[in-house]
Amino acid sequence: MNDIPLTHILFVSTALFFIGMYGLFTRRNMITMLMSIELMLNSVNINFVAFNKYLYPNQLNGIFFTIFIITIAAAEAVVAIAIIINLYRSHHSIDVEDAGEMKW
Amino acid sequence: MKAEAFTIDHLLFTIDHPPFTKNNHLTASQIIFYIISAFILGTGLLAVTTRKIFRSAIWLLFSLIGIAALFFWMELEFIAAVQITVYVGGIVVLIIFSIFLTQKSGNQMAKPVRSRAIFAGIAVLIGFILSYLLISQYDFQPAGNQPLDASVGNIGTQLMSTGEHGYALPFEAVSILLLAAMIGCIVIAMKADKKQETRNKAQDNTRENVQDTRDKNEENERIINA
Repeated sequence: MNDIPLTHILFVSTALFFIGMYGLFTRRNMITMLMSIELMLNSVNINFVAFNKYLYPNQLNGIFFTIFIITIAAAEAVVAIAIIINLYRSHHSIDVEDAGEMKW
Repeated sequence: MKAEAFTIDHLLFTIDHPPFTKNNHLTASQIIFYIISAFILGTGLLAVTTRKIFRSAIWLLFSLIGIAALFFWMELEFIAAVQITVYVGGIVVLIIFSIFLTQKSGNQMAKPVRSRAIFAGIAVLIGFILSYLLISQYDFQPAGNQPLDASVGNIGTQLMSTGEHGYALPFEAVSILLLAAMIGCIVIAMKADKKQETRNKAQDNTRENVQDTRDKNEENERIINA
């Protein structure tokens, strides 16, 4: 696997991060915005693992950060979906434009 | 440190002449890597652009599986297994459930506003080019062919150790975070509390009572008039 330079893996993760960002900018449905955030978190995971593998193979720090990020992403998704379902109950829509009561 | 000019030419040069084309032979490992990357990026792009929300979730699922394949390619079986279990088995299923609960999944979502899509595309493209320029200019120093010992036993021992490179404290912090998230989402998703409900019911009842009395009055008036 060392015949692939590190920059190519970083190209993939950077592209994935900005794809997620494009989704976050253009989508107005809360569930799809959550999906974009998951994509961005995953691109960060690729980064951590690749750095760990290529630059510091005698340590495991990148792997631990990946595990913690996966855990936090799961917790975040669960809370976000609870909020989305609660919002659907009160507004009958999960479009962010429809929930503007707390806008200043 | 080399101070090279950040030019588009340089970027194009690095894309046209990557280091591995010196001998013009792609090994199997390289071909697999490029296939996996193309799969991840293609399905990721479809996940954020398709207008049917259920298809979007399925494309996201494929993208996450592709990332797990990338972890397998990097010989990190444990992380790949965790990725499949937590993301594919947990988060995507949760997302699909919430789609079923809140959306008509056959419907197409509204198109994004054109100006917003264009500006988002430009911003994302510029951000990507800048970041990739930085990455391609940075002088990474790979540690050579040392193997990475990421066996489950090794990970577990270090995760639980309280010594110098131990991760016991972050582990505990994450456990508390998970507990807090669990309680939090139960509280958020619970129906409104009983006091609130009874108040709402009382309001409904008074409204009905008023309506009833009004109806009765009208009836009485009709009778009197007759």
